[in-house]
Amino acid sequence: MGKIVAVTGNEAVANALRQADPDVCSLYPITPQSDIVQRFSSFVSNGQVRTELLNAESEHSAMSAAIGAAAAGGRVITATSSQGLALMWEMLHIAAGMNMPIIMPLVNRALSAPINIHGDHSDGMGARDTGWVQLWSESAQEAYDNTIMAFRIGEHMDIRLPVMVCMDGFIVSHSIARMEYLEDAEVSGFIGPYQPKNPLLDMEHPKSFGPLILTDLYHEYKRLQHEIMGRVQDVVLQVSDEFAKLSGRRYGLFESYRLEDAEIALVILNSAAGTSKDVVDEFRDKGIKAGLLKPRLFRPFPYAEVGQALKHLKAVCVMDRADSFGGYGPMFMEISSTLYQAVQANGAGAGPKLINKIYGLGGRDYMPHDAGRVLEELHEIAGGAPVRIVKEYIGVRE
Amino acid sequence: MELSTKELLKWSAEVKLRQKSKQEDRFEHGHRLCAGCGAPTVVKMVLMATDYPVVIANATGCLEVSSCIQEYTAWRVPWIHSAFENAAATMAGVETMYRAQRKAGKSSLPENVKFIAFGGDGGTYDIGLQSLSGAMERGHDMLYVCYDNGAYMNTGIQRSSATPLGADTTTAPVGKANPGGKPQARKDLTRIMAAHGIPYAAQASPSHWLDLMTKVQKAHEIKGPKFMNIITPCNRGWRTATDNSIELSRLAVETCYWPLYEVENGRLRVTVIPEEKKPAQLFFKPQGRFKHLFAPENEGVLEKVQAEIDRIWERLLKESES
Repeated sequence: MGKIVAVTGNEAVANALRQADPDVCSLYPITPQSDIVQRFSSFVSNGQVRTELLNAESEHSAMSAAIGAAAAGGRVITATSSQGLALMWEMLHIAAGMNMPIIMPLVNRALSAPINIHGDHSDGMGARDTGWVQLWSESAQEAYDNTIMAFRIGEHMDIRLPVMVCMDGFIVSHSIARMEYLEDAEVSGFIGPYQPKNPLLDMEHPKSFGPLILTDLYHEYKRLQHEIMGRVQDVVLQVSDEFAKLSGRRYGLFESYRLEDAEIALVILNSAAGTSKDVVDEFRDKGIKAGLLKPRLFRPFPYAEVGQALKHLKAVCVMDRADSFGGYGPMFMEISSTLYQAVQANGAGAGPKLINKIYGLGGRDYMPHDAGRVLEELHEIAGGAPVRIVKEYIGVRE
Repeated sequence: MELSTKELLKWSAEVKLRQKSKQEDRFEHGHRLCAGCGAPTVVKMVLMATDYPVVIANATGCLEVSSCIQEYTAWRVPWIHSAFENAAATMAGVETMYRAQRKAGKSSLPENVKFIAFGGDGGTYDIGLQSLSGAMERGHDMLYVCYDNGAYMNTGIQRSSATPLGADTTTAPVGKANPGGKPQARKDLTRIMAAHGIPYAAQASPSHWLDLMTKVQKAHEIKGPKFMNIITPCNRGWRTATDNSIELSRLAVETCYWPLYEVENGRLRVTVIPEEKKPAQLFFKPQGRFKHLFAPENEGVLEKVQAEIDRIWERLLKESES
């Protein structure tokens, strides 16, 4: 049985990493993630893990070294936030393109300029197209659970992909919350020993990693990457199912909250989903059929399942804690695509009216009244009011 | 060849030269480097210098794009390329995993695996300097070899911080407003690496193969980070013939443009002192990239170059403990 504790998100994730006992941890500090690698470094110094630490001189080198170490043939972790992820950008593509199952907590933080250390999703959304699997987490418990499952998902022989586990900077990373740890033996039993695939250090069978591939086969190589991504969803469900048996905590591709009979809903990631659920309850108490969908697996995005879950609604607001300047919020684009496909496949009705709110950038508080106003607006739209504006910033100091 | 009979005998006794000539190449023919390129010669010498099992990391560059093209590889040893600026960091990761697995008692891993990273001057002096510096500071057990051809040759002869003063490159081209080519002198990377306090840093040239291979052997016997800078003629960038890479690298040494020395645990030693120090012009003259320096409007530039070469050489001799 697990142990109930009161810990920060960072402490929870650091402990998940400890329980996975990786071979190599390459690291570079950045707020608000630093706390994870500091704690992990203590585990190394205190002999609680057998991991070799590699204190890189930048996130670019941290990810480069992670790729080298993973290619060599063992379990590898790193962690980052914000500018660190931005600096890694080149290597993120390479880690995925070379099928390196590196596990990386991403403590979500705003991107410069202006420099800001607080939580938003600009960093993770910017890595959307890198070929990494992305799991998003509402709380310390979810971040801990996702980190443990990430090893099983990334290292699965059918996929072998790097996995990013996202949680909100400060709001989750630095807030103490009640959660439940699994026993060390349970976690090591669940994750199991690392299974190498074509390790570079197999000296008897030399291999070349990282070839030049031009017009003759690059396109096919990328299609293979696309096909591998197509296998991830099943692996995530299978691993989540096994995890539910172990922990009693069941995770799907996303969380549906009072959605089945809802008429209006918010789609919202991470910690703000918790605040929103309370407000959904208040609206339910008022007799308004509100609901919520919180994506968990953002890459690959479960289009069909999300579309199925949302298509019966009258009005949906996609809440983005990131912006694609000159475009809609990044998650809005996904939900628009999802619903268009769902409605087309359904062959009936126009599907829900869809609006997009940008909230909480650079750690701006997201308050229950923010969620309330949005649900109020959705309620009006569902009642026949015209959509006033598709994309809008909320919680702005005018 | 400036080898004495005694030296040759010593060499063949130590490294069994005859036997080596019969061994399978670790860097195989079939690569697509240009005819006359110095890089494959350098790589073969580095790999032939040791019988230890080796793992190679390669920065993006001529050597990388020409030696491993989908379905084909010229490498008979484990080899990894990930990006341009990070051969040192990538190798640091490989070496760290090796240590982790040896510590964990993985019996299939042989002892004494040697880790070698190859990068060109662009990938080493410029974009890769930070990752190289970091890897050296952390003390990874690896040998970083820079094959220095003095410009970004793979992308089309753009100037790097290793490009010599006065050279004509595509991004500091000679023109009416820039008759002198590159206005800056080279970065002295070998000294910068030695200043990291690493146990071994050296310069070598394929013309002086005994010196080069001895340095590689020495480096492999030292635990920790090692750096070697090896001049590597590029006939495309240097605008020279395809049959003289060894001759040109010899001239670089004999003019003291490319001094051969090593810094071992802080002690500097010049390893080859030319019997007769030749004028720098002899190295510059055959190269099209310096053609303009011999034109009247550039009078005095070569003298400046010569003075700089003399200054550095004199300083090296003064510091040398031989």
